Amino acid sequence: MAADTSTSSRTKVEAGLARRRRREHLFRAGGMAATMVGVLFLIVFFWTLLAQGSSAFVQTFVDLDIEFSADLLAPDGELDTAYADFDGIARAALRKKFPEVSGRNDRRALNRLISVGAGYQIREAIESNPDLLGRSQVMTLPVAANVDMLMKGNIDRSLPEDQRPLSDQQVAWIDALLADDSISTRFNRALFSNGDSREPELAGIRGALMGSFYMLVITIALSFPLGAAAAIYLEEFAPKNRWADLIEVNINNLAAVPSIVFGLLGLAVFINWMAIPRSAPLVGGLVLSLLTLPVIIIAARAAIKAVPPSIREAALALGASRMQVVFHHVLPLAMPGMLTGTIIGMSRALGESAPLLMIGMVAFIVDVPASFSDPATALPVQIYLWADSPERAFAERTSAAIIVLLGFLLIMNLSAVIMRRKVERQW
Amino acid sequence: MQNLRPINEYRRMRDPAGSNSTRESPVMLSSSLDSQEEVSIEEEVENSDAASATLGNVRCDNPYIVAENIDVFYGDNHAIQDVTLEIAKNQVVALIGPSGCGKSTFLRCLNRMNDSIDSARVTGTITLDGENIHSKSLDPVALRARVGMVFQKPNPFPKSIYDNVAYGPRIHGLANDRAELDNIVHTSLERAGLLKEVKNRLDDPGTGLSGGQQQRLCIARTIAVDPEVILMDEPCSALDPIATAKIEDLMDELSENYAIVIVTHSMQQAARVSRRVAYFHLGKLIEVDETDKIFTNPSHKLTEDYVTGRIG
Repeated sequence: MAADTSTSSRTKVEAGLARRRRREHLFRAGGMAATMVGVLFLIVFFWTLLAQGSSAFVQTFVDLDIEFSADLLAPDGELDTAYADFDGIARAALRKKFPEVSGRNDRRALNRLISVGAGYQIREAIESNPDLLGRSQVMTLPVAANVDMLMKGNIDRSLPEDQRPLSDQQVAWIDALLADDSISTRFNRALFSNGDSREPELAGIRGALMGSFYMLVITIALSFPLGAAAAIYLEEFAPKNRWADLIEVNINNLAAVPSIVFGLLGLAVFINWMAIPRSAPLVGGLVLSLLTLPVIIIAARAAIKAVPPSIREAALALGASRMQVVFHHVLPLAMPGMLTGTIIGMSRALGESAPLLMIGMVAFIVDVPASFSDPATALPVQIYLWADSPERAFAERTSAAIIVLLGFLLIMNLSAVIMRRKVERQW
Repeated sequence: MQNLRPINEYRRMRDPAGSNSTRESPVMLSSSLDSQEEVSIEEEVENSDAASATLGNVRCDNPYIVAENIDVFYGDNHAIQDVTLEIAKNQVVALIGPSGCGKSTFLRCLNRMNDSIDSARVTGTITLDGENIHSKSLDPVALRARVGMVFQKPNPFPKSIYDNVAYGPRIHGLANDRAELDNIVHTSLERAGLLKEVKNRLDDPGTGLSGGQQQRLCIARTIAVDPEVILMDEPCSALDPIATAKIEDLMDELSENYAIVIVTHSMQQAARVSRRVAYFHLGKLIEVDETDKIFTNPSHKLTEDYVTGRIG
């Protein structure tokens, strides 16, 4: 009898084996397919981003022999950098290359090849070295955005003349400059040193970067201590009753509230009621703190919960007070998780744009903010602004700004991993 | 150590004179425990509920810890019912009984570890050296410095061996300088029988030691605070027999200076290390007596069934 049952059980088990194996293979194949699809999307995303954005990191420049003519710059004998016609001497230098150009329209067309930034650069040169007055020097000056686009192949030469921003004549001039080797491409320093600008070739992300930086400083300074303190209190000290449940539910809800609602709250409370200046990183930081606080509290509570109770009991049984238990044993063990949660919250804050629209951080701001109360914008908002601009050259800058933003996110997340490895201990 | 006879010897000693001839020999117990006998055990519990008095002798000479009429509730669950027990210094008292009978709960009352459980409520009085441990004037921190505890699972801190032992003295400010602290750490490790094995690696993590070494580290950590009583909650259940033997020898030595209360599931261990044994059943203290008496001639049928392996 017993032998019979065991034989029949064995045949039953064996009969089902093939089906089980098939199911497992199917499941694995499905999982692998899902992973592949994800990786594929990621590759497409990064590839398009790099293909579009990488060209923004270089910029076209033209070498011109600039004459710092005293007659032009200081007609009444005294150089006044605020009023002197620096653009004029840049144009004069370009015209010297093409002496055959005459007529108002042609000269205008020729002038449009160089950027208005050329004048600023000449002014900076003479301000730092006043001896240049009356002499001449070869300077490398930025060209207009359209010339840059043509050089990068973003303007199609084969299109009919009236469908592209550069005329046949302008293209011929550019080819002539190329032929005598006075056009070159270099690293685009303006992208990292300038604030926003109407001219794409002068527009940079420094203003947005600094705005984001000031906001994150406020955010981390507020939300980490507050979040950690709240998490410690709720996990280790607060009585477990209906109030604690209510608070828990509300914190979880807050983490899921759309970020634009926090923007409205910031507008109502920080700007309208507390009268903190609009567009300031201070307000942005406060709003982003509200946004990240629930995320940090949830992560920190999970990290504290994960500390084995045996460690708490061991310390308690030795006569440690509850605060000593928390600060000597629980926190060191929970710190990696808390830091990870904080950095994830910070990453979210760095990528947030919707609440900032509500508090006036979407403005066109040329100056790089130098303090927490200067008007500023943030990286994601800058991306939004540039993506909205009609100029072809802003498209690549949008991608470049996204690359920079992703770079910062990558650095933050990497540092989270490294920090966790460093602080993590086994028990 | 006055008594190192294994439990089987006790069984052989008492079986020929078995008071109940209808009972099968212990060897066949597991397969032949029929429902009728279970009923009889239940009846006995009912009966003892009515009587409610602990058999044997809960009192002892020069009691250091006196627990009078202790009741513990976890929410609505009445975990310990009216337990009275005296524990003297320089002796080992073993608490035995089936799982969930309340022996660990009783142990945790003695250093107020139940305080950290929100739903737990303790009534009755426990005095330590004549002082009520529940009185407002006694901080649980001070109590736990006097009543140390060793847990079932070795739980060294994820710190160095040195810091593990030094932690208690540090928080209580027992050492005035580094040399004094070094001295405490060395003496404690020495007394826990661990110094020889870890002398050259005091800065290594305590979690890197073997299970038995970790448990002795926990004992060293406990005695570093210089307590008066040591509570041990199944200290050897996670250890192999060799490590267990070392811990048991250690308990024997420590009992010269401390009152030791040990919860154990191993009756051999209770027989080997303790002078008195308290048998708990379903939250009640059924019987307390000298170890010899409990294992050779228990007064209560539940105790007898437990020590002979019929229940538990």
